[in-house]
Amino acid sequence: MRGIDLDVEPGEVFGFLGPNGAGKSTTIKMLCTLVAPTEGSAQVAGLDVVAQRTAVRRQIGLVFQETTLDEYLTAEQNLKFHAAIYGMPRRIVGPRVDSVLDLVGLADRKSSAVRTYSGGMKRRLEIARGLLHSPRVLFLDEPTIGLDPDSRQVLWRYVDELRRREDITVFLTTHYMDEAERCDRIAIINHGTIVALGTPAQLKAEVGDDRVRLVTPDNAASARRIAERLKIEAAPDGDALLITVPDGEGFVPRLFDIGISVQSISISRPTLDDVFMAHAGRRMGDEEAAAAPRHWMRAMNR
Amino acid sequence: MTTTASRPDLEFAPVAAVGGGLLHELRAIGIVWQRDMVRVLADPARLVSSLLQPLLFLFILGAGLTAAVRGGTGGADFKTFLFPGVLITGILFTAVFSAISIVWDREFGFLREMLVAPISSSSIVIGKCLGGATIATVQSVLIIALAGTVHIPYRFTLLIGLLGIVFVTSFTMTAVGLVMAARVKSVQTLMPMVNMLLMPLTFMSGSLYPLGPQAPQWLDLVARYNPLSYAVTAARTIVVHHLPADDPTRQLSHPLTWLGWPVPAWLDVIVVAGIGVGLLSIACLFFARTE
Repeated sequence: MRGIDLDVEPGEVFGFLGPNGAGKSTTIKMLCTLVAPTEGSAQVAGLDVVAQRTAVRRQIGLVFQETTLDEYLTAEQNLKFHAAIYGMPRRIVGPRVDSVLDLVGLADRKSSAVRTYSGGMKRRLEIARGLLHSPRVLFLDEPTIGLDPDSRQVLWRYVDELRRREDITVFLTTHYMDEAERCDRIAIINHGTIVALGTPAQLKAEVGDDRVRLVTPDNAASARRIAERLKIEAAPDGDALLITVPDGEGFVPRLFDIGISVQSISISRPTLDDVFMAHAGRRMGDEEAAAAPRHWMRAMNR
Repeated sequence: MTTTASRPDLEFAPVAAVGGGLLHELRAIGIVWQRDMVRVLADPARLVSSLLQPLLFLFILGAGLTAAVRGGTGGADFKTFLFPGVLITGILFTAVFSAISIVWDREFGFLREMLVAPISSSSIVIGKCLGGATIATVQSVLIIALAGTVHIPYRFTLLIGLLGIVFVTSFTMTAVGLVMAARVKSVQTLMPMVNMLLMPLTFMSGSLYPLGPQAPQWLDLVARYNPLSYAVTAARTIVVHHLPADDPTRQLSHPLTWLGWPVPAWLDVIVVAGIGVGLLSIACLFFARTE
């Protein structure tokens, strides 16, 4: 890590984005007191991660990338184990276990051994366990990695439910752009430093304007007309014209006003991927695709 | 009618209000111990299959040797002699393997769940050690139950004494396993190491033959540096003490000696316990530093 300066507000869902190896997990480990920072300091829930390590640990819930459940125990046994090592008052353990299992939709499976669970169910159980001792901050390190799209959807539904029901700050890492969109604020990290910080909408607005791509019967003529009447440049892009404007949807009617006949039109907003591209000079998915064995296999089969 | 502000099932757990300290650590030790119990109960086949080795030693090796060595033992049933040795060595693998489960926990991630908790890592290690000792002791009950078949009387003092010695020994052996588990990170490496350690300890402990004047002098000397010798000798002393005065097995039982001084059985037990506490402290230190 090269140096990160960051404040996360209480109650927000904060996303930490970056390609593999950018330092996401290391940052989380420092905040969770698993790794001591070599310099600088960090506070979680107002407590110093080095000087008040045990106190910090009481205030945080952790869900790691890898499963850390005892698969031979039932869901309920896993949670009761957790309750004991976190020193929860005995009388509230039972109701609280039921409450968090209900939150993640596993109440009816609480007496099944965890080894009979699917990957998505295990991850949900881990989130339930991370919440069990009512932490102030919940850390989710790549919570949806290795899950199929359906399970990812379900998991996010529970995270949304969670922020509605519990008074908690969620700090998560991901390298999925669509997940980052669901955060209140995000930080993009690359090579150990933060390259962008803000709400998803802010970051996308910083990168640039909407892109309007249109196909007309005579692109060259249309481009001239747009330049004359609207004082906007329309650049040729293959068999289409590309126009960048701050407000794409508001712009389209003006094309019709000046009598451009349109065969097809599309508006695209900058994505977080474009944000990352602008700050890091490459696509988020690039190394991911290169590293994915399945991708390689498909190429081989061809 | 009034409605409560928050639904009762969403009651906020005031974790920060919970005092840490000794009670919390004891509870953590308890739950680590309890988890080992739950897992054994879920898999009783493990307990039963680990009984095979002691039974083979006692009834197969014992039966074979009784006939062969009758001349040298004054007519004693060699199985009676073997019983305490088999009892002690029979718990070794159970105890050490129970400690090694912590390496599985590391591989499957559960160790991390325990280590990130707001408790001392020593509580985890101590809970594991007590768990291993308990499982091995429960297993030994099944062997102790067979005492009558090798002419050993069922006396209350004998049974309690044997259980105590077994518990202390398995505690120490679990601590041995924990020290190894702290340093060796893969089960594949650990298994052969355990064999390499336990086989010599077993064979040089006097569990399968008499030490003292009947053994070669060098072997008798080496055995004094083997913690298991103290456990076996203590168990055999208490067994022989409960045999009839004219039982020839008495002639095969000798205390270990320090510079010619016969070590009493209670001191044997203290030696084993001391080594166990020492090793457990080392294991706690290793886990506190490395994880």
